[in-house]
Amino acid sequence: MNYEAIKSIYTFEMARMRRTLMQSVISPVITTSLYFVVFGTAIGSRIPTIEGVSYGSFITPGLIMLSLLTQCIANGSIGIYFPKFTGTIYEILSAPVAMTEILVGYVGAAATKGLIIGLIILGTAYGLSLINPAFGTISIAHPVMMLLFMVLTAISFSLLGFIIGIWAKNFEQLNIVPMLVVPPLTFLGGSFYSIKMLPDFWQAVSHLNPVLYLVSGFRWSFYEVSDINPWISLAMVGLFLAICLSIVGWIFHTGYRLRN
Amino acid sequence: MAPVVSIQKLTKTYGNGFEALKGVDLDIEQGEILALLGPNGAGKTTLISIVCGLVNPSGGQVLVGGHDVVREFRKTRELIGLVPQELTTDMFETVWNTVSFSRGLHGKKPNPALIEKILKDLSLWSKKDNTLRELSGGMKRRVLIAKALAHEPKILFLDEPTAGVDVNLRRDMWQVVEALRATGVTIILTTHYIEEAEEIADRVGVINGGKLLLVEDKTALMKKLGRKQLRLELSEPMKELPASLGAYNLSLSEDGTALIHEYKSEEEQGGIAALLAALAAANIHFRDLSTRQSSLEDIFVALVEEKA
Repeated sequence: MNYEAIKSIYTFEMARMRRTLMQSVISPVITTSLYFVVFGTAIGSRIPTIEGVSYGSFITPGLIMLSLLTQCIANGSIGIYFPKFTGTIYEILSAPVAMTEILVGYVGAAATKGLIIGLIILGTAYGLSLINPAFGTISIAHPVMMLLFMVLTAISFSLLGFIIGIWAKNFEQLNIVPMLVVPPLTFLGGSFYSIKMLPDFWQAVSHLNPVLYLVSGFRWSFYEVSDINPWISLAMVGLFLAICLSIVGWIFHTGYRLRN
Repeated sequence: MAPVVSIQKLTKTYGNGFEALKGVDLDIEQGEILALLGPNGAGKTTLISIVCGLVNPSGGQVLVGGHDVVREFRKTRELIGLVPQELTTDMFETVWNTVSFSRGLHGKKPNPALIEKILKDLSLWSKKDNTLRELSGGMKRRVLIAKALAHEPKILFLDEPTAGVDVNLRRDMWQVVEALRATGVTIILTTHYIEEAEEIADRVGVINGGKLLLVEDKTALMKKLGRKQLRLELSEPMKELPASLGAYNLSLSEDGTALIHEYKSEEEQGGIAALLAALAAANIHFRDLSTRQSSLEDIFVALVEEKA
């Protein structure tokens, strides 16, 4: 293993986050705070509890997941796309670095950033709940499971981002998934409602949405209420991770869009 | 001693069917400076890219330091530094960080003293905290060289290093190259500025159409293929060559004011003296004379045109 190389890529990527602190950290926090204030406090106070959980508390895990997914995909894709775009990838491809080391460096940094932002948002929600109890209370019943869901999700979606970054030939393709695919999946994946509120047919359709499993399992680790058995959720996250890993394995094996 | 780079029957066909290399054999000796010459699209960059690991070969084998570049890529790439043709840089990174990054990427522990020395040698020290987008093109070229040297390579590839580079930088660069060679580093450069190869290289290889047309010691090549020309400016123009001079390889310039004698420097043994004597005998006077050696450029153009 070339640990120095992994360290170099990882710290290089983390340095980029520090340079773009406003964009990377502050903007998701502000966006999420707005969600909390509008949905949680203003509208949520007029909505009855969902399965015994106040609306503000109910949406918190979904909001964290929304940010985590978007951030991991965005960071994972730009990290590898940018060197391709500027041409500096020549250096990585001509260095004594195995593809797995490149992957650990880039995906590790993207997942770390996603996790940091997820935890900041969790802290923000907790802070808001202390300031204004009308918002609801945040309690974490299974902290270990919560972290496990976050870490596995962060890694899986950073991998997805990495795949998109390698596949994308321009900035439009780069943004298509985080902009057009992730928000509908998140909104329709039970972030803001329980799918038990839906007619049977749409409940069944919702089960095709991978984000449902993430949000449901993640919410269970907070309040022990969920649309899906949490172990099934965990298995689905594991399955998604395995699919992403196989695609990356194929990319590395064939040199797809990396080496001629 | 075994060659430090050994290329055997190397072929490369790109996905679109373009045959960039059609069976190249080349041995590069430790510590030499080899210049690869060739017109645009000849296959120079593809050849370098395969040795450095940027492009996968279609057939044949490349050994660097005795190791296969595909199967034992860690060992081979550790030995190699690459300065690419394009000015590709991380615009928002500082000079210091980008050069340190290159070292880490090659698995070497940080060594600030070494980075400092490299930056000073390349006159980059005052710019170390600048981001790359603030630098001029020539400065970026220096940064790319610094990045390639950061992991102390034993073999340095310079792909068109002096394209668009001013005189100062070219001089600095050749100083660095000379200093590296003194420490035993092997240097391979591609260029289409032939005078550059003429000035600095030990050996010259000519590539065209994916084939290596020749590789030869520069001075031997110049001697073997180089032609000399003697030009005699006549005191009085003449219309045609006198028959008495038919035995000499002579021609008359178009306006009839000069006689031109072509010869190969190694074959010439007393021929010029005889020619001059014959001219005196024929009562032909000249007011000036000059000789000219054909340059590598003439040799190169002749080769590429002949075999194309």
